[in-house]
Amino acid sequence: MKLISEKGVQRILMLTAFSAISALLLIALFILSEGLPFIFKYGLKDFLFSSEWQPNLGKFGIFAMIVASLWVTFGAMIVGAPLGVACAFFLSEYVPRYIMRIIKPTIELLAAIPSVVYGFIGVMVLAPIIRDNFGGPGLSLLSASIILGIMILPTIISISIDSILAVPQSYREGSLALGATIWQTITMVTIKASKSGIIASIILGLGRAIGETMAVIMVAGNSVNIPHSALDSVRTLTANIALEMSYATGLHRQALFATGVVLFVVIIILNSIASVAIRKRMVKK
Amino acid sequence: MENKINTYKKITVKDLNLYYGKFRALISIELEVQENKITALIGPSGCGKSTLLRCLNRMNDLIHGVKITGNVFLDGTDIYNAALEVAALRKRVGMVFQRPNPFPLTIYENVTYGLKVAGMHNKKKMDAIVENSLKRAWLWEQVKDKLDHPALGLSLDQQQRLCIARLLAVQPEVILMDEPCSSLDPIATMKIEDLMMELKKDYTIVIVTHNMQQASRVSDYTGYMLLGEMIEFDVTKNIFTRPSKKLTEDYISGKYG
Repeated sequence: MKLISEKGVQRILMLTAFSAISALLLIALFILSEGLPFIFKYGLKDFLFSSEWQPNLGKFGIFAMIVASLWVTFGAMIVGAPLGVACAFFLSEYVPRYIMRIIKPTIELLAAIPSVVYGFIGVMVLAPIIRDNFGGPGLSLLSASIILGIMILPTIISISIDSILAVPQSYREGSLALGATIWQTITMVTIKASKSGIIASIILGLGRAIGETMAVIMVAGNSVNIPHSALDSVRTLTANIALEMSYATGLHRQALFATGVVLFVVIIILNSIASVAIRKRMVKK
Repeated sequence: MENKINTYKKITVKDLNLYYGKFRALISIELEVQENKITALIGPSGCGKSTLLRCLNRMNDLIHGVKITGNVFLDGTDIYNAALEVAALRKRVGMVFQRPNPFPLTIYENVTYGLKVAGMHNKKKMDAIVENSLKRAWLWEQVKDKLDHPALGLSLDQQQRLCIARLLAVQPEVILMDEPCSSLDPIATMKIEDLMMELKKDYTIVIVTHNMQQASRVSDYTGYMLLGEMIEFDVTKNIFTRPSKKLTEDYISGKYG
């Protein structure tokens, strides 16, 4: 009796595990089957490297949006990575552990705020500040970078703290016992020993930033052009799909799926790099 | 009994109490450490000997919830004085840990670590110090051709001697050793012990050990601790041949611990 129920449990669990994997496979298949034919028909080069996006004229070049996505993501990293890593080091090295254990989950709550709320704050608070102080439309590459930079903070902080805490305490003691200050210990030992985890946290943050849609639509301005300054309005790949999918048909619709394929590939590459970095850390320990 | 007169008290501990929260881990400790001698602290696990050792270079500051009362004088200056800079203290009072803990850097970088911390950049000077320190730790011959190799690739006792070398590079006055041989085999242990005998010519050494033979072999003075109290402190020979306290006798004769 016990044996049968054990087998039953195993089968049910296997089914659930399999359903998660098959969902991923189905999504991938679906996007690829909708997107790839378009890329073959339209030509990969024209699709990726032309910045003329005029669906009504049958022109589907996403270069401007690729550039915008990369700039927004890069900007988010410039904002989020130094803040996040510095915060992680402060919480793990300077603050008593019990305070860190209260603050870390609080920071992780940032990830629970819906992205539309971030977008709302961007539109209502950030964009006017930028418009009034720096000029431009306000809804811009800069606003999107700042909002995204804040949104990726919990990812960067949380994973960085985990990897910093994984550095053996004996390294810190050895360093302090040689007369080093905490700051010297961080820059000379801890950062080296936790490097791969910190890099992984930034890459995972990048993956989040490049895939974020709602907040970006709200604050980036969404005009299709290659940005010449941080104050220009831009449209990212994700925003493009979300904005146009509701009314797109035929070739236009396929072009949006093809945009999805590009995003998919970029994010898979980023995640693979991150997981290799994380695994390297595990092996080293 | 050697050199009982004509010695200089390098460290004096006066009425030292240490609390972990409400728990009193050290109780009114009195201790005098003589210069250029090896002082051993023995006692069963949890007796507070490592805790006492870590008070001497304020490593307990790192632990949250620790409260310390009393004084530790180094050359007559109270190291728990608020004006004293902890990093500067630790340059004078270095520490070797229970498990060898070289940094995940090269052998060379490990030895120069303390120098760089102190702001030295002169490559020539550092090269000379690296060679000298490694020689003094009896490691030079084994590693001179692979100074740029990772330190973690060395054997455990080489790692421990590297940790000693890295300490010698900053020229401390006192070397604290927290069971430095507990993860080493007997031959490696002997090498470290011989090294300690050599080093005491220039340094003052305090060693914590749970190995009584080790204490009797290497140390000049021995303190026996139990449950946070210094039960007996005397010249090593006296402790091991005619202890004055019953508790000490029980421990060294193996009736306890």
